Amino acid sequence: MTPPLVIIGSGLAGYTLARELRKLDRDAPLVILSRDAAGFYSKPMLSNAFSANRSAASLVMKPAEQMAAELAATIRAHVEVAALHPARRVVELAGGEEIPYRDLVLAPGADPIRLPLGGDAAHDVLSVNDLDDFARFATRLDGAKRVAVLGGGLIGCEFANDLLARGITPTVIDIARWPLGRLLPEDAGQWFRQRLEAAGVSFHLGVSAASVSRHAGGYRLALSDGSTLDANVVLSAVGLRPRTALAAAAGLAVNRGVLTDRRLTSSDPNIHALGDCAEVDGLTLPYVMPIMHQARALAATLAGTPTAVSYPAMPVVVKTPACPAVVCPPAIDAQGSWQIVASDEAGGGIEAQCLDANDKLLGFVLLGGATARKQALASRAPATLG
Amino acid sequence: MKTWQCVVCGFTYDEAAGMPDEGVAPGTRWEDIPDDWSCPDCGVAKADFEMVMI
Repeated sequence: MTPPLVIIGSGLAGYTLARELRKLDRDAPLVILSRDAAGFYSKPMLSNAFSANRSAASLVMKPAEQMAAELAATIRAHVEVAALHPARRVVELAGGEEIPYRDLVLAPGADPIRLPLGGDAAHDVLSVNDLDDFARFATRLDGAKRVAVLGGGLIGCEFANDLLARGITPTVIDIARWPLGRLLPEDAGQWFRQRLEAAGVSFHLGVSAASVSRHAGGYRLALSDGSTLDANVVLSAVGLRPRTALAAAAGLAVNRGVLTDRRLTSSDPNIHALGDCAEVDGLTLPYVMPIMHQARALAATLAGTPTAVSYPAMPVVVKTPACPAVVCPPAIDAQGSWQIVASDEAGGGIEAQCLDANDKLLGFVLLGGATARKQALASRAPATLG
Repeated sequence: MKTWQCVVCGFTYDEAAGMPDEGVAPGTRWEDIPDDWSCPDCGVAKADFEMVMI
């Protein structure tokens, strides 16, 4: 009997791959291993759940049993993978059980980065990277009036905006001089900041948090400029680090993420990776759209048709209702400069384009009403991986 | 007229509004959108959308 295809991880990457594979192959035995309860939920909705009036329980669209039936898969919830043994093609679980595989897919995601913090409450700082984290966060918000958000990037700004729906005053702290500092040019960043401030979000920019200490039933943050800030809950949202430990311990090539070629295959021909853990042809892209393209390509490969992944231009929607935003960043090595093409004179929002010396579009940013031009600009932007 | 929601990112398609930006006229029924269409926000396939009753 052929051993099963084994997927480690039941997030969007793992489940999307399983769904795409079943469109091509109804019969291959399939096993999905999960650290958590393995319910299917939309991770992007974690940072706008309050606005949508959703709880951790109501975010679960399909429990593990239903996913198992729909995918004709064996789903093992609440298991920890201890080691991979590529030479024997076996996954070892904590406790010693061994699961043989035909092919193995790594989709464990990424860990939230935690900045070093002093103070006696540094360990109380929360991160929200999965549904269980979200449930803890929501519980801790009961009765909270003020929340400090460490990190003014995409996730930090989305959570800050969403907390307004619970009547909470969020304060965003970031070392950058404007929010979404790595995605927006300054003029657009300041406009974005003003819209969020008008809706009730506070910003402490150009500073970092040095320590978090217990104070008067809540927390007091000491900031790098000597000022302090009090909050009932502290949320950290400063970025993600791909989970590579299992792969590295098994001798697979890893860099920032698990290294794969464009077929999503690692340095071992029977082990593949996708999603937030993977560094595909040099790119780690912790967004949903790349996962969809990866899953379709890898599903085809696993079903017998070797297929390389390509990415079109992939604009990212920032879910901040106080200032809707779409960002399509230029490639890391692109040489260009930002120009504000349309400003807010008629209340239409901001459009900024990053152009090269020949006025070729390298990337763009749309804020407010300008977000309606997303498709038109995306069709002109260069492919991320052509 | 019905509304459909992407199971992954929450994007909604309202048949009454259509998607003029993508060349889908207001009033276009879900079943008349091509099968190879995918969610403009996250890339989920049409087959993986679900209907939201309103």
